[in-house]
This record gives sequence, C-alpha cells and structure tokens, in this order.
Amino acid sequence: MNAPAYNFAYLDEQTKRMIRRAILKAIAIPGYQVPFASREMPMPYGWGTGGVQVTAAILGPQDVLKVIDQGSDDTTNAISIRKFFAKTAGVATTTATDEATVIQTRHRIPETALNENQVLVYQVPIPEPLRFLEPRETETRRMHALAEYGLMHVKLYEDIARFGHIATAYAYPVKVNARYVMDPSPTPKFDNPKMDNCPALQLFGAGREKRIYAIPPYTQVVSLDFEDHPFEPYRFNAPCALCGAENSYLDEIVTDDKGGRMFVCSDTDYCEGRQAAGHHGSLSAAPYREKAQEASNG
Amino acid sequence: MYVAVKGGERAIENAHRLLAHKRRGDQSVAEISLDQISEQLGLAVDRVMSEGSLYDRELASLAIKQARGDLIEAIFLVRAFRATLPRFGASEPVDTGTMRVQRRVSATFKDIPGGQILGPTFDYTHRLLDPSLAQGFVPERPAAAEASTAPTPRVTDILGRDGLIESSPEAEDGASVGDLTREPLNFPADRDLRLQNLARGDEGFLLAMGYSTQRGYGRNHPFVGEIRFGEVEVDFVAEDVGFAVPLGAIELTECQMVNQFKGSATEAPCFTRGYGLAFGQSERKTMSMALVDRALRARELGEEVLAPAQDEEFVMSHSDNVQATGFVEHLKLPHYVDFQSELGLLRKLRQEFSKASAETNTPDAMKEAAE
Repeated sequence: MNAPAYNFAYLDEQTKRMIRRAILKAIAIPGYQVPFASREMPMPYGWGTGGVQVTAAILGPQDVLKVIDQGSDDTTNAISIRKFFAKTAGVATTTATDEATVIQTRHRIPETALNENQVLVYQVPIPEPLRFLEPRETETRRMHALAEYGLMHVKLYEDIARFGHIATAYAYPVKVNARYVMDPSPTPKFDNPKMDNCPALQLFGAGREKRIYAIPPYTQVVSLDFEDHPFEPYRFNAPCALCGAENSYLDEIVTDDKGGRMFVCSDTDYCEGRQAAGHHGSLSAAPYREKAQEASNG
Repeated sequence: MYVAVKGGERAIENAHRLLAHKRRGDQSVAEISLDQISEQLGLAVDRVMSEGSLYDRELASLAIKQARGDLIEAIFLVRAFRATLPRFGASEPVDTGTMRVQRRVSATFKDIPGGQILGPTFDYTHRLLDPSLAQGFVPERPAAAEASTAPTPRVTDILGRDGLIESSPEAEDGASVGDLTREPLNFPADRDLRLQNLARGDEGFLLAMGYSTQRGYGRNHPFVGEIRFGEVEVDFVAEDVGFAVPLGAIELTECQMVNQFKGSATEAPCFTRGYGLAFGQSERKTMSMALVDRALRARELGEEVLAPAQDEEFVMSHSDNVQATGFVEHLKLPHYVDFQSELGLLRKLRQEFSKASAETNTPDAMKEAAE
C-alpha cells in the first residue's frame, strides 16, 4: 500500500510556494481576492481549509500558534486545527494572544491589541462581499475591477428604508485602502474597527472558493456607511459577568428556561487574563427579558 | 454559576474512540477486509476512485471501510490523500478505441462492427430481492468464448467518417491539459476543465442535472452512440527515456452521446457530441456526464443559455460533493458570536416596532383611523 508520509505543516513545498505567491500578491493589492489552487485538506471545506492552507504556508518552526473559534481557544474546531498543526508541524501552541506569532481565527478578532510581529489568519466561507447581491463570479469580478459598488450602497440604503438601520450584524462590508470592498469574514461588526490601521498583517483564506486576500499592516479599513447613518459597532450593553469588562464582545449564555441570561466575554483568553489580574464581574447577570415584552406587560 | 466551557479536547478524543468502536460494530461479527470490499463492493470502489480522482482500488477500499460505507466521506479521504502526492506529469491520452471491452452497447445501431456485448450489467435483471444471496451463494461459472480479435471501432468514429457528427477537435501538439486541482478555475472555462470538473463531480448531482435536460430544461435530443467498459493501457513519456513507457492498465467506462444536429449557412448540418468518462464501471455517471457536457456546450454551439444544466457557473460551482458537503455541514459548527450580534439587531428592531405600534394605538390615531 502507498503509505502516506507528510511534509512539515502537511502541505508539500510546491503547494506552499504557490500559496505564498498568492499571499504576496494579496498583500500588494490590499482587499483584492487572489485566486489560488486550493488543495483538498484533511478537514472538510467550510471548516477552515482556507485558513489552514494560509497558516501552513506561512508557519515556520519557531512560530507560536494560537487558534480560536468564536473567540475561544476551547471550541472543538479550534482544538482540532491546533492539534493538526501541533502534530504536522510540531510548533509550539498557546492560548495567550500576546504570546502568539500566528493566530488563526474563525468569526472573531482578539480583544487584546495585536502587534507588528503577529499575523492574523482568518477562515473565510464566502470571500465575495457582493455574492449575495450578484451570484455570478464573472459579474462580481467585473464590478470589483470597475470599483462599481453602487449595488452594495443600494442594499445598505434599502436596509435603512425598510428597518431604519443597516441590517447587517456580521460580515459587515468594509473598504480597504480606499479601493476594494472586502468581506471581513463573518466576524460580528463589533470587530470591524480593529481591522483599521492594525499593526499586524491580516490574511484571509477561503479554501472552497479558492481565494486569498490580505490587509497589510497599518492599512485603512473603513466600514461602509452613510453620513446620516454612520457605522455603529454593536455590543450588548452589560459588563462581562465573569471579568467585568465593559468593552469586550459578549457571548449570551442561556442559564435557565425562564428567560435567564448572562453575558460573558467571547474572547476566553482576554477574560481569563482579566480575572487573573483581579477583575471580577457580577458572576450572574440579571435575567434578560425582551424590552418589547416588558413594555406590553407593563 | 457558569464557567467558560472547557474539555473540548477530551470530548473530541472520546467521540473519535466511539466512532472507531461503532465502525467496527459487533465484534463477534467477522471484520470486513479490504479485498472483500474491493471484490464484492466493486462499484462503490469504482465511484470512490472516480470522484476521488485516484486510481487505486486498495486505497479506495480502505477509505470506504474507514468511512463506514459513507461514499462521499470515502471520496473526501481519497481526495485529501491525493492532494499531497507529487505530480510528475500527465500520461499520454488513452486510446479508448483499442479498449479490451467487457461491455459495449450502442442504442443508435442494431449491430456494429465488433458486435454489441452486454457484459456484466444490471440491465434486464428483475429487481427482486434474492434470498439465495444472503449467505453461501456460489455463482455459476460465467459463459466463456474465445476472445474476439475483431476491432471495435467507436460508433462516433463510424459516424464521423461520413461527416454525420462534428469532428472532435484535435489536441494541439504539446498543448498542456488544464487541471483545476492545480490552477484556480476561471469562468468561462474551456471544455477540458469542464470535463475534469464533471468527472470529479457528484454522481447524484450530475444525474439530476442530466435528467433535467431530458425533461425540457435545456433539451438536447440525446442518443447513446455508445457505452463501453473495459481495460485500456496507460502510457507515460518519461523525459529521461524519451519515449512512452507503459504504466499499466486501468478500467474505464466511456459514454459518447450523439445529440441534436446543427448547421449553418457555411457548415453542413451534423450531429453534436456529449462525452463522459470515468474510472471503473460507472455507467450512470458517464451517461449523466455526457448529457451535462453537451448542455454546457450551449455557448460554444451558439445556443441560448436558459436552463441550469447549460449554466457552467451554476453546474461547475456546485458539482463537487466534497466542497458541497463540507460547506453544508459546516453549519453545525458554532456560530454564536454572529448569532448574538443578529439577536441584538433583531431585539432593537422589535423594540422600535413595539414603540411605533404603541404610538399608533393612541386615542388620537384611533380617531384618525376611524375617520
């Protein structure tokens, strides 16, 4: 039988070279989606194959890797990817944001500010911000080439006309370096401002859709909005119940079947770090009830 | 009190241990061997080799065993292994005209040079469950005859001699073959890439797409010119040797569809082609592939693109079951940070809605409404 033997960080060197070329091109044209010959990876498409290929291509033996999903190091898919690189590359892994040199993420940007020696690798399901407005790749590529983004503004405007707000809570479109409209991957829009002028290199890998794009360090990233309807990051208005943080993105935890809720940091490393430093929350948040319901009862 | 969820690592390990246990099933039942899978579930192996794009019966059998018989999972295992293999080059084009045929049927002619050969087929069996197969069944020896030395020219070549069917475009010497596993796909895609995509594509998807053309969504009046299944030699030109070296033989199924004719002021009318090719005995796959290949040639043949099967972006972007299953199944991964953001937005909208409706229910508004 053809017994398999695998290279450092799984991918063969030719594949890594191909991916690195795509990454370099992506860095040279911030926000532009570079097609690349994505490989089948040993985890399913849609589970981070793009991010894994980017990480595999940039990882060196000295790197320290952190993997998060939903902001947490302990979600099963994050563990699975972290173990994959611990096994195939033998690199050191960490859960501490400030110790990591490469951070692969799904759906969040860490709360701790990133630095110049770090690379943030995003897992991207649908790289095309215009996809849900125009399903055809041939069309969307042309629209990007001509910087023809009117359709996106019309969509945002229609949201306001219909709901009174821009009804996009995550994967909120941004304009990179005043040129390309880009999908930030499905991060909650709370994280959008962190992408702007970030000292760390941000790389985006979409395996199934075969695209890589990038935001070089210190690049302008602007969330799309209107003068009279400026972009607003959303955060549930409560301190973290565990660490008392007032400015972190919160997970909503259902604590009982009577409407009980508590809100805790989604970034587990950040939350644990604060607790270790002596910060405390209320430990149990007041049960949340929909205000609309309260209004109708009272 | 709530503490952040931990212990995912142990949960994964335990889940995988349980999976291994379930895979083995009742241990008082004999374990299935790779030979048994390869010999007795041969068509499953053929499908996994085709859609996994790797001709290796043993690895495909292992994949089927490891995947507990889930063929898409097995295809995925084979693909992931294949992606790590170094690429030495491409073989010479195989000549299916010289195939050692085990089965060969044409629907367009009653008899053809070399004859119609039914071979091993489910066709014309009555689909009655056979209790004698449940255990200890010993089949009769197959009927045998001298191997025929008569040539078996392809039916499309016979039609082509009289110009009744469009000629297959000759490959340019030294022109490289597209490979969508090594180059990202761009649209519009040439036929070599389309055929590669279809050959790797999900049998069920292609079946439904092909079927839709028969039901009027991009109809193309197909006839099975010929289906043939058998062994062909694979040759490889090794650069240091300078000539073609035989690598061995593989089993292939080829389907050539003969489709509605076209002509123009400058070209005499002739039939058009749809083509299907797959590893092993894969008739449903190759027939579906040929129907879809023909449908996707709409642009090239100057036909209006109206139906899904004619739309190459639609077909090629959704045919791959490894991609499709991954993305559909990723919905079971946690999405709670986005969901929380969505909840926040929805609550805000509901709050505004109830505030607005409270205002319109004030007596003044009621009065206005009454007027």
